[in-house]
Amino acid sequence: MKKHTLAVTVENRPGVLTRVATLFRRRGYNIESLAVGATENPSISRMTIVVTGDDKIIEQVSKQLYKLVDVIKVVDITEERLVERELILIKVKADPNVRSEIVQLVEIFRARIVDIGKNTLIIEATGDSGKMEAIEDSLKPFGILELVRTGKIAIVRGPGHSI
Amino acid sequence: MKLKGAEILLQCLKQEGVDTIFGYPGGTVLPIYDALYDSDIRHILVRHEQGAAHAADAYARVTGKTGVCIATSGPGATNLVTGIATANMDSVPMVCFTGQVVSPLIGRDAFQEADITGITMPITKHNYVLERTEDVPRLVKEAFYVASTNRPGPVVVDLPKDFMEREIEYEPYNSEINLRGYRVMKGCNYGQVVSAAELINKSERPVIYAGGGVIASEAAEELRQLSEKRKIPVTTTLMGMSAFPSSNYLSLGMLGMHGTRYANYAIGECDLLIAVGVRFDDRVTGKIAEFAPHARIIHIDIDAAEIGKNVDVHIPIVGQVKEVLQAINKRIETIEEFTEWHQIIDRWKAEYPLRYGASSEGRIMPQHVIEKISELTQGEAIITTEVGQNQMWAAHYYKFKNPRSFVTSGGLGTMGFGLPAAIGAKVACPDRPVIDIAGDGSIQMNIQELGTAVAYKIPVIVCILNNQYLGMVRQWQSLFYGGRFSYTDISSQPDFVKLAEAYGAIGMRVKNTQEVDNALREALKVTDRPVVIDFWVDRMADVYPMVAPGESLLNMLGEE
Ligand SMILES: Cc1ncc(C[n+]2csc(CCOP(=O)(O)OP(=O)(O)O)c2C)c(N)n1
Ligand SMILES: [Mg+2]
Repeated sequence: MKKHTLAVTVENRPGVLTRVATLFRRRGYNIESLAVGATENPSISRMTIVVTGDDKIIEQVSKQLYKLVDVIKVVDITEERLVERELILIKVKADPNVRSEIVQLVEIFRARIVDIGKNTLIIEATGDSGKMEAIEDSLKPFGILELVRTGKIAIVRGPGHSI
Repeated sequence: MKLKGAEILLQCLKQEGVDTIFGYPGGTVLPIYDALYDSDIRHILVRHEQGAAHAADAYARVTGKTGVCIATSGPGATNLVTGIATANMDSVPMVCFTGQVVSPLIGRDAFQEADITGITMPITKHNYVLERTEDVPRLVKEAFYVASTNRPGPVVVDLPKDFMEREIEYEPYNSEINLRGYRVMKGCNYGQVVSAAELINKSERPVIYAGGGVIASEAAEELRQLSEKRKIPVTTTLMGMSAFPSSNYLSLGMLGMHGTRYANYAIGECDLLIAVGVRFDDRVTGKIAEFAPHARIIHIDIDAAEIGKNVDVHIPIVGQVKEVLQAINKRIETIEEFTEWHQIIDRWKAEYPLRYGASSEGRIMPQHVIEKISELTQGEAIITTEVGQNQMWAAHYYKFKNPRSFVTSGGLGTMGFGLPAAIGAKVACPDRPVIDIAGDGSIQMNIQELGTAVAYKIPVIVCILNNQYLGMVRQWQSLFYGGRFSYTDISSQPDFVKLAEAYGAIGMRVKNTQEVDNALREALKVTDRPVVIDFWVDRMADVYPMVAPGESLLNMLGEE
């Protein structure tokens, strides 16, 4: 069982996300994350789906996705050279006596502080999943009040298209 | 020319070659019904929307054309749902039009609003909501294209009422199909075909396992050639039942849970399994690890997602069954001789034929009724079934000659399918006898369609194998629940003869084996109304052979 990253191009139409989500739920596939948005072509959306499973399951996922009329292309880009990014926002407890410590951590991760409250900070970071986990772990001791992640998006390096 | 959306819809349907629609009106489809009033498309008014869906489904199964049904929004649309799921499981091309509340009210829980596209997403091949009147031609075109090509299936098109009322400038035209996410499969992998042919030429104990895909792909003739050229025995699934003549020497009948012993034994012993237009359903394979344990497997199917879904195969070939079989048939060598393999099978056939005993209650044996139907119609009738024991006996004892003759809910197992399906089949094929082999439980689920058959003078014959039980469930309770017949005795039931007569149909009751023949002959003569024959059959007759769910196919219950 391994995490696979699928780049899925779909028609930019209402209901497409539901179709894909319904398919995953019905067939019992495990979505780790799903990010969707417009592309350079306004009639096409791109989904980045991270799904866990062995090769057989991933093959089934891909074939079942292809059966959806609104799905144009499915590529497993797990083994490609990728630029992958995720955005995370973390609201962390930050009493005056620990603030400088947090600021240092934020710098190490090349993250940013985007809001300063009375006893809280909101930190924004982008990076791959490994970095997201590392930053979360480092901030945990201070007390994480709220955390949101976008889910991964990815693009294949070099001149080649992911799609 | 200025036309209303509804009028454009009907024009587009005519362009698609639609001659018959099964439906039921209501508030949101009034504009469409108003247009139908002047149209020469035949509309059959059913008595329940589920009946419309099953009738359209059967119309498609017997003709190969796409079936069409229509229902109003809300309850009308939700009444179609079982019919849509039935068609989806059995890969039947069907387009269902549903009314929808006027577009400004969508999402506000308006009167009779139901999110039918949301509801049917997992049970359709695709579905649409019309977003403007101008899109009607494109949607209709796409709906029929998607429903009927590749692996067929149902498509729902939801039509908000205001878009049907609106008038726009319209000239008939042939809109192009432009679906980048959907391509029709053509051809197949040449290398795989060559490897398959080599395996077939080499194998000593081959078996063909044929399913509904053979019928959908119009490949019965190619199947027969493959079988006869190499003398390969053929077993079919319930869905593939009429794809290969039952009387052919090489026929093994059905396999699986209620398969013949010789079919299941052949699966156990074969060295090559040629799986054609099938999906290795659990009712077929039994315990999957012990299915065809000695065989290399060739799997031919139009749907790539079926390959490797349940069983690992050695040679997958994705393509139209017909094309693939033609390509393979060109590359196989004809053999004249029968071999030891056929002798082994002959021995099984002689030793373990399908058989049934006499009734301990002195009643009619249900199997006998089907043998009689088969004999009197010479295997040329269209048989529809309900679900349960009646369905399995029909598969066992009717001797099919031609494809598209057995119309049964295989995948979903929908009780109440048989009568509306018989109506749809008879409307499509008025010159063939159409007989619903029914159970006393199932027939009550869509009995109201007798009204439809009477109204349109559709002479279908309903043969109720009346055991006063939900027989198949009772059989499982006998076998697996210590004979505790929890809520399966349905001996409190209507007088089916009077019920038929109340509808204006002919009702007959048959209690003696000697009367079976005569009653059927009489029924087959009727041309102007439906006939219901209430056969009082042995109450405790069971369907054998049987493989318990999840067991190996070799582990069969029932006397040897
Ligand atoms: C709509 C629906 N409900 C329940 C079932 C479960 N079921 C399968 S067979 C059966 C009994 C059918 O009884 P009957 O029509 O009398 O047929 P018999 O088995 O007695 O021939 C039932 C309840 C079903 N298949 N479909
Ligand atoms: Mg019964």
